[in-house]
Amino acid sequence: MSAGPMLEVQNVARHFDVSKPVLQRLIAREGRRTLRAVDGISFDIPTGTTLSLVGESGCGKSTVARLVVGLYGPSFGKVLFDGQDLAKARADSAQRSRMQMIFQDPYASLNPRWRVVDIVAEPIRAFRLLKGKKAILARVGELLTQVGLSPLDGQKYPHEFSGGQRQRISIARALSSNPEFLVCDEPTSALDVSVQAQILNLMKELQQRLGLTYLFISHNLAVVRQVSDRIGVMYLGKLVELAPAESLFERPRHPYTRALMEAIPDLEMTGRQRIPVGGEVPSPISPPPGCTFHPRCPLANDRCRVEVPVMKAALDGMVACHAVEEERD
Amino acid sequence: MSLLQVKNLRVEFPTRRGTLVALDDVSFEIAPGEVLGVVGESGAGKSMTGAAIIGLLEPPGRIASGEILLEGRRIDNLPYEKMRRIRGREIGTIFQDPLTTLNPLYTIGRQLVETITTHLPVGPGEAREKAIGWLELVGIPAARERIDSYPHEFSGGMRQRVVIALALCAEPKLIVADEPTTALDVSIQAQVIAMLKTLAREKGTAMMLVTHDMGVIAETADRVAVMYAGRISEIGPVRQLVRHARHPYSQGLMGSIPPLDRRVERLQQIDGAMPRLSAIPRGCAFNPRCPRVFDRCLVERPELMDAGTTRASCWLYAEGAPA
Repeated sequence: MSAGPMLEVQNVARHFDVSKPVLQRLIAREGRRTLRAVDGISFDIPTGTTLSLVGESGCGKSTVARLVVGLYGPSFGKVLFDGQDLAKARADSAQRSRMQMIFQDPYASLNPRWRVVDIVAEPIRAFRLLKGKKAILARVGELLTQVGLSPLDGQKYPHEFSGGQRQRISIARALSSNPEFLVCDEPTSALDVSVQAQILNLMKELQQRLGLTYLFISHNLAVVRQVSDRIGVMYLGKLVELAPAESLFERPRHPYTRALMEAIPDLEMTGRQRIPVGGEVPSPISPPPGCTFHPRCPLANDRCRVEVPVMKAALDGMVACHAVEEERD
Repeated sequence: MSLLQVKNLRVEFPTRRGTLVALDDVSFEIAPGEVLGVVGESGAGKSMTGAAIIGLLEPPGRIASGEILLEGRRIDNLPYEKMRRIRGREIGTIFQDPLTTLNPLYTIGRQLVETITTHLPVGPGEAREKAIGWLELVGIPAARERIDSYPHEFSGGMRQRVVIALALCAEPKLIVADEPTTALDVSIQAQVIAMLKTLAREKGTAMMLVTHDMGVIAETADRVAVMYAGRISEIGPVRQLVRHARHPYSQGLMGSIPPLDRRVERLQQIDGAMPRLSAIPRGCAFNPRCPRVFDRCLVERPELMDAGTTRASCWLYAEGAPA
């Protein structure tokens, strides 16, 4: 393990061409249309820590997850995995086996026709990590035990398990290539709350035991608070705030971060009158000029409507907001 | 008198391998203007309870025994056509996914006007004015211009507002809302909850709010029913239930919600998973997962009993329970 960050993301963007077919475009005299799912974001994740990305649907957080494991290539910008360009790292199977991903829906991410033992063993076979049926079987049993299942469960099919158990199988599969870096895209949002607690506890235990580095994607701030060292808040393809978990919750700086926290119904605050943020997330195809949050922002002024804010250091984190910079907040 | 009474409701699904009991002996009441939250994990029977009340159980599911009374009148055994009149006029419904509730081929105005003229003694012109009024009330900007738009022209949050207007426009006395905010983003969810709450209070509409999100319940409901494996495991005032749950399942459920205001090293978890309908354990259905299980739980099924501030179906609150 090296001393530098496990992952560095440098000004990465991913644009999707969502234009109509050429002929239709010519007839309607329309130009090309680009969806800027991720529009220039930078962060790094030190080895052994967890960075979480939060935001509402369509903010680009899942696209980032796919970018950092190489399921998408960046439109521009650079992703460095352990100091090496991701494209190069992906070409080398020894490097590739060091990163794995856990998906949101444990009903869709496991092949229903495969036995659990084959699902978990697939990365071992693909990377040729072990030779011989016996060794592989023993390793699968070990992995299943590690995630709180029984080695005998290996002979069953995914439909015989509940949602939480399936997510445990996904985690066992992700761990089977001995990865150091795990990308978790909403790993608990399809689960009931009591089962969510089981999975979050398991992920924390595994991180401590195996020294894993996590990129954790979620829309649930309370979940994020429980697992993260640092948190990035995304809005319309951009990071608007990046800060250590505790300071983000103690002193949220960006108006959007504050709005998100204000929006969460909280058990402790029974009967509290909340002031929800107005409006909705605009379309990423035609985002508003200037700061993309300005139509919903209570602090917006003329500068916010024209000038795009950039990430600047604020306390122990970073914020992209003119109001914070000018201390109008 | 209570507006809605559900008495010993039992819903069964006959299958080839035997009869599954989806709801077993469910009883509760909702007073006029009251919001009853119904929570529980997937498969606990919360949506099933809502569906039984509005008479829309999916076949082969059927009400095997028990009664549902609306203002003292039985509605569980009405013929389809009569029940259809009650649905909409007296009981409004809001479902999770606004896209499946709205007809994509008709403008939202046409759908609202149709509902209003079906249930209220008004002409089309007046109905249209009423419809615009409702759209304004649920917070659709420029309602007068947008009333002739189709559902696909609205965003998810706006569509759910239209669905709420549709549920409210015949001025029903009771609304059955099944996960009304689950498909929405948090910031939109907060807007919709705030609006539902205000409307229900202003119009004196009672509501049965089915959700798995305890935060939503804590903010909106007056009383809460916690369901587990087709039965009510605890019912009581929202404050007592959230802060001092009595049933070990409710306690686990509350404890496993990650807190927003602090970081905990290890979240409280309930081990195991809810049993399948085909394999509900003998005695208390929660006994295999219960940290405080004792011998009586394994053999005898508990009914709802007084547990101090709430009513819980748990032997811990019966006489002779271990301390």
